Formats: sequence, structure tokens, C-alpha cells
Amino acid sequence: MVPLNYFLILAAILFSIGVIGFVMKRNVITMFMSIELMLNSVNLTFVAFSRYIQNLSGQIFVFFVMVIAAAEAAVGLAIIVALYRNRESLNVDEADRMKL
Amino acid sequence: MELVLFFILAIIAVGAAINMVVQKHPIHSALSLIVVMGTLSLFYVMLHAEFLAVVQVIVYAGAIMVLFVFVIMLLNPHAAEHTTRYGTILKFGGVPLGLLLLAEIVVVVQRSVGAARPASALAGTTEAVGRLLFTEYLIPFEFISVVILVAILGAVVLTKREL
Amino acid sequence: MEPRTYLWLIPILPLLGATLNGVLGRRFSRAAVSAIALLSTGLSCALAIFEVVTLSDVFPIIERHFTWIQAGSLRVGYDLLLDPLSSVMVLVVTVVGLLIHIYSVGYMAHEEGPNFGGFYRFFSYMNLFMFAMLTLVLANNYVLMFVGWEGVGLCSYLLIGFYFRKQSASDAGKKAFITNRIGDFGLTLGLFSLFWMFGTLDYQPIFARAAAMPVEPLHQFGALTIITLLLFIGATGKSAQIPLYVWLPDAMEGPTPVSALIHAATMVTAGVYMMARSNVLFSHAPTTLLIVAVIGAITALFAGTMGLVQRDMKRILAYSTISQLGYMFLACGVGAYAAGIFHLMTHAFFKALLFLAAGSVMHAMRGELDIFKMGGLRKKMATTYWTFLIASLAIAGIPGFSGFFSKDEILWRAFNSPEYGRLLWAVGWITAGLTALYMFRIVFVAFHGEFRGGDEAWHHAHESPRVIRVPLVLLAVGALLAGYVQVPKFIFGGVEKFSDFLAPVFASTTTHGVAETAVNGGHHLELGLTALSVLIALAGIGIAYLVFRAKPERADLLEQKLKPLHSLLFHKYWIDELYSTLFIRPIQFLSTWVLWKIVDLFVIDGLGVNGSGFVVRGLGRGLRHLQSGRVRAYAGWVVLGAVLIVAFLVFKV
Repeated sequence: MVPLNYFLILAAILFSIGVIGFVMKRNVITMFMSIELMLNSVNLTFVAFSRYIQNLSGQIFVFFVMVIAAAEAAVGLAIIVALYRNRESLNVDEADRMKL
Repeated sequence: MELVLFFILAIIAVGAAINMVVQKHPIHSALSLIVVMGTLSLFYVMLHAEFLAVVQVIVYAGAIMVLFVFVIMLLNPHAAEHTTRYGTILKFGGVPLGLLLLAEIVVVVQRSVGAARPASALAGTTEAVGRLLFTEYLIPFEFISVVILVAILGAVVLTKREL
Repeated sequence: MEPRTYLWLIPILPLLGATLNGVLGRRFSRAAVSAIALLSTGLSCALAIFEVVTLSDVFPIIERHFTWIQAGSLRVGYDLLLDPLSSVMVLVVTVVGLLIHIYSVGYMAHEEGPNFGGFYRFFSYMNLFMFAMLTLVLANNYVLMFVGWEGVGLCSYLLIGFYFRKQSASDAGKKAFITNRIGDFGLTLGLFSLFWMFGTLDYQPIFARAAAMPVEPLHQFGALTIITLLLFIGATGKSAQIPLYVWLPDAMEGPTPVSALIHAATMVTAGVYMMARSNVLFSHAPTTLLIVAVIGAITALFAGTMGLVQRDMKRILAYSTISQLGYMFLACGVGAYAAGIFHLMTHAFFKALLFLAAGSVMHAMRGELDIFKMGGLRKKMATTYWTFLIASLAIAGIPGFSGFFSKDEILWRAFNSPEYGRLLWAVGWITAGLTALYMFRIVFVAFHGEFRGGDEAWHHAHESPRVIRVPLVLLAVGALLAGYVQVPKFIFGGVEKFSDFLAPVFASTTTHGVAETAVNGGHHLELGLTALSVLIALAGIGIAYLVFRAKPERADLLEQKLKPLHSLLFHKYWIDELYSTLFIRPIQFLSTWVLWKIVDLFVIDGLGVNGSGFVVRGLGRGLRHLQSGRVRAYAGWVVLGAVLIVAFLVFKV
């Protein structure tokens, strides 16, 4: 049996990579993927806790997170498409006017 | 045996994640992310969450990542982009910051959870999850479906030509 | 089952008129403005008479409408009270007010030049004043009374400064307002102390509890004495008593109907009303009563002497008002509240009449007020002359006229006062002589003898139109007859309708207070004293005749002989100058050099306004770089924040 903290530390590693990716990358799409990575790592902790404290609610939360992630991806990617159409660029550093 | 499997999968997942960040072109990052999600699905199986493992593959690896890849192909962005002063600061500031956060979380985890092991097997069967979802969590479930609907409408509105 | 009452309409109707005229008056014709003003006042007057007549059997009536202020244990309601005292006040205010409104229609029509703002503005202010004054007298608690109190103060300010383009008028308005503010400060402190002591500001509970308290000993300052003294300070401001009387003579800058209504008949009597209303409190504080009586007596004498030598007709009347108010305070001070209110009522009639007649004269003389530029006006203005004469006889206390009854009652009660009664009577007695003297000085100088204002002015002088004469005649009837509701015992057994009517209000006072004075000597003594005061009044008239009518050059001779005295009186004892040196100059110095140059310019402007601006600007200059609009920079900050928060959670133990 794998101890709980192994899963948690793995999730922490993935989360930190997501954070680093989000801060470092300039490409909007890659940043977005970093967010998905962070969400996934949190999902892993949910499932691990759900298993170890014998409560299925954690899995329900993961399900909800996935739904929200799907909705977020749809809207986020739509925003990216609109942004690209206006700026001809995916570099977030160029989108600093707080308007299109 | 299980532990060995865990470490192999963990190495694959972390490696793929790092690759996602390091890669220049978004399509490479996207493919790496799919690998991470696949390994996570296997972790769910290890944790006896079979329903989530399947949903992970279908929704994440299948639907969401396909959407990503589709957008990447649609926009066809250039691989390399010029850097600004802020970019440099963040490039060298982001890594230590992320590592610091990691160290802190590890400390918290080790201090509070330790090496706990599951007492007995808990079946994360599809039936159990479904029963919970349609009884106790029925109203959140209905609400979340409305959220999905709104997201669809939002996506349609945002991608229209004349925004 | 309480009868259905409509007390609230009495003050609201004039307010309605004031609002209509104030907001829309510019578009109305003069006739419409007058109609609105007269109609609202007239309806209010009719309603007041109706309510008093129908309800006088079931007094007191309390009309509770809604809770106005609710804070902790303090509850202030919009509650109106109609009892004998407030009904007397309401009748005086509405009847005199209505007559003066009618008079104003004629008076202002001529007075008003096109440049001096609105005809409608005047009537709007006058109606607003009626509203405030009626609120004052109908209120069932001190807070609502204070609203009316401040309201009449505001209207007084507005109307004194009615000709605001004239420097002296706007200055006089400010003087009245600021002087009143000093008195109001005392009054508010008194109200706070009342609340602190009784936990409420409604009349009935305060009076009920105060009536049960022991009477505080004389020459000692207990809680009730302090409170009543503070209330009295408020009364000195509003009712122009020493030391706060200085604003009233200057208030004559306002239009004459204003002087008649506000500064003679109604507003200035608010202090007397307030003291009569609080009679239970005052009766339990003999020290305050003594102070009130002494101040009242001194004011009466002091103002009377100043009135002797003034040349401006309205100013003489103003000093006369102060002097008569002094009588009322003297009455309250010796516990004869009913007598004070009686004098208030008769005074309202004859003093309003005097002012309106003076306004009629002024109108005929094209604004000239110096009585030594008049003379012989009797021939030109018969109605004005006769009404003025009646009012003068009334104020002088000639038997048969209203002033005789009320003044005599006060003097008799003062004589019987246990503390310094004889002295107070003597002061009042001398003042009665002075009153007759200065009033008949006006009569003889302005209405008799030869005209001194030049031929052209003589040709212009004419009797006023009917709209002015009718109120004069009606008021003259009032000045003649108002006294017959209360006639001393020695005349045909006497009539005591007025004091019987008011008796319920002062009931607790007469059972507990010092007002229960044993009548010393009985009717013979009263008759003797009355004879004495009639004698001195006749003496005053006689001196006035000898000096100003029979041989007018005697007046100048007398003035030459008594140069220092005349100068002292003419300059009003240099009280204005004294106040200026004692209070105004130091305050100006303090304001200029400390409050303005140091506190305002350096501390508030320098450190406060510019300092905080400087700090915020500097901070903003630094912090604005944070808001770059770059998403990744924001993300970096979020991560840094997360790191710091987790670090705090990790290492705080």
C-alpha cells in the first residue's frame, strides 16, 4: 500500500510545476495548460484523501472540478481565440491594456 | 509491487509535467499534458476510484485536451516569442518561488499527515459514486449542469466575429 | 373615546403656504401670493379658534402622531399638546399673525421696490415663521419645542435681513442670529440636563416627577436650579433680556410688519412661554426665580431709560418691547405666571398695534423714522393717530385699557413677593412712569405740534389705505378690551376668567411653589398701589406734555443741561461697545492669529490636507508600478502571497 503522503507530495510537485509554468510561460495557451495541471494535482489530493479517510464525497468534488474545468476550458479558449483575433499574438505581456 | 508501480508512474508524470513547461511550442506542451493526465488516471485506478479514472480519460484527456489541440491548430502560433524585461524577471523569479512553495507544502504534509495508510479498501465503484451524486449532491449536480450551459453560451458569444 | 382633533393642521397649513409661495411664488401674481399667505394663515386661525372653543372642556388634549427620534431610551414624538396655556399662545399667534398678514399685503405692496427680491419671499418667510411659532407653542416635548424655537430664530434672521442688499440689515440679522445662538447654547445644555435627570423630554413625566421633588432652598444651587438657570439663559436670548438683549433694537432693520409680529408680539415672548410651560421646574428653584425676577426688573428699567432719548420711532418701540418683556419675566420670577402670560397677551395686541401704526407713519413719511422730523401728523392720519394713542394709553397703564390690568397685576404680585418684593415693585413702578413718558414723547413729538420735515414731505404725508387701517382698528379694539378677562378684585368684585382658565397649568405650582403668597394688606393696599402706578403714569404723560408739547425748546435745554446723562442713554450705556471690547475683539484676535493662521493654515491645510495628499501621492507613485496590466506579474504576486501565507502557517508555531 502506498502511504498517503506519497500521493500528497506527488500532487505538490505537480502543482508547483504548474505554478512555475504559469509564471514563466508567455504563451497564453501554455499558461492555460498549467492551470489545468494545477487543477489535476488538486484532484489527485482529493481522490487520495477520499481513499484514506473513507469518504466518497472527495470523488464527487473531483467530478465537479472536472465539470468546472471543462466549462472553464470552453470559455477560456474562446477568450484566447478572441484575443488572438484582435492582437495577432498569444503573448500575454502584450495584452496589458486591460482592454481589447 | 504497488509502491514500485507508484514510483514508475510518478516519475513519468513529473517528467511529462516538466516537459510541458520546458517545451517551446504549445502543441508539444499539450501532448505532454495528455501524458500527465493519463498517468493520473492510472493513479485513480490505484486509489480504487474507477469511475473517476474513466471520466479523467474521457473528459480531460479526451474532450478538454482535444479542445486545446484544436485551438492550437486553429491559431497556429509561432513557437518563439521575444522576451521583455518582465519576462526575464519572472523567468528567474518563478522557479525559486515555485520551489519554495513546494518545500513549504512538503513540510506541511510531513508534519500533519505523515505516513498514514488506508485502513480498509473503499470501493469507489461507479454505483456508489452515482448513488451519492443523485441523492446527496443532486442539487449541486443540477446547478453545475446550468454552469455548463452558460459556458457553452459564453463560448459561442465570445468567438463571434463582431465582439 | 377621545374627540377627533386636528391640531396638526394648525402649524401645517402655514407651512404649506410657505412652501407654495417659496417654491412657486416667483410665477404667481402678487394677488395669488397674498391669497395663499392669507388663506393659509386664516384657515389656521379659524381652526385654532374652533379647536380651542370646542375642546376647552376636555383640556389637556394630547395628539400623538409618530415617533420622530428613537435612540436608546430617548423617545421624541411628534406630539402636540393643547392646554389652556398653549391655547392662549395659539390664539395670540394666529389672531395677531393674521391681522399682521393682512396689514403686510398693503404695506409690502408699496414698500417693495422691484430690485429687492420677492414679494413672495416675504410672505413665504412670514408663513414659515407662523409654522415654527405654532410648533413651538403646540409641542408636547422640549425637543419639538426646540425645533420651533430654532425655526422662529431662523425666520427672524431671514426677515431682519430681508433687505439683504443693505449692509446694516444683513449685519443686524447676523447679530440677532449669533446672540440667539449664545442663548440657545444654554437652552440645549438645559435640555441635555433635563434628559440626564429625568430620562425623557416629554412635558408630563418631567413635570410629574419634578412636582414630587422637594423645593430647593433659596440661595443654593441644586440640580433643578442649574437646569432652570440654563433654560433661563435660553429665554434671555430669545426674549431679549439682559445680557443678551442687544440684538432686538438692531432687529428693527427688518420690514415693520416683521418687527410687529416677530420682534414684539410673538417670537420674543417665546422665552416667557417656555418659562410658564416649565413653571413646575422654576417653582422648585427659588434661586432661579429670584434671578429671573431681578433680571426682569433691571431689564425693564434699563431698557426704559434707553428708550427715553432715542430718535428713531421703531427703536423706541424696540426698547419698549424689551422693557415690557422685562415685566413678564418679573412676573414669572415672582411666581405669577398667569399674570406674565396675561401681560404677554395684552402686550401682543398693543405692541403689534404700535408697530403697525409706526409702519403706517413710516409709509406716509417715505421711510423716515426720526420723530423729530415729524410733527402734527394727527391732522393727516386720523386713524393712525387714534389707534396709536389707544395703544400708548394701554402700554402706559391708564385705567380702562388692557395694559392697565395686566401691568397692575404684575406689580401687585411683585409687591407681595417674599424676596425683595418692595424693591421689585419700586423698580417696576418707576418703569411704568418711564413707559408713559417715552410713549407720549412719541405721541406729542410725532403727532402733535408743527411739522419739521419740510413742505414737500408734508404734502406727501397721507393716510394709509384701508388694508392697513383695518388691522389697526381691529388691534385697537383688542388693545382696549383684551384686559377685561382679568379685572382686579377691588373693581366690582373682579373678573378672574383668565387666571381660572390657566389655573390647571399652574396648579402644581400654586400648591407646592413659592407663588402661594399670602396677600398682604388686602384690597386697600392693592387699591393704593394701583392709584400710585396710575399717578406715575399720568405724571409721565404730564412731563412728556410739558417738555415736548407745551414748550418744545425745553427738550433741547434739558438735553444741554444733562449732557452726560443724555449721552450715556443715547449711546445705550455703551453696551455694544463694551461687548465689542470684552468679547468680540478677543475672539476675533483668537480667530485670526490662532485658529486661522496656525490651526487652519498650518495644521489643517498644511499637515492635514496637503500632508495627506502628499503621502498618498507618494505612495501612489510607488505603487502604481505594481498595476502593470501584465497577467504574469499578477500571477507572480499571487504566488508570492501564497508562499508567504503558507510560510506563516508553517512557521508561526
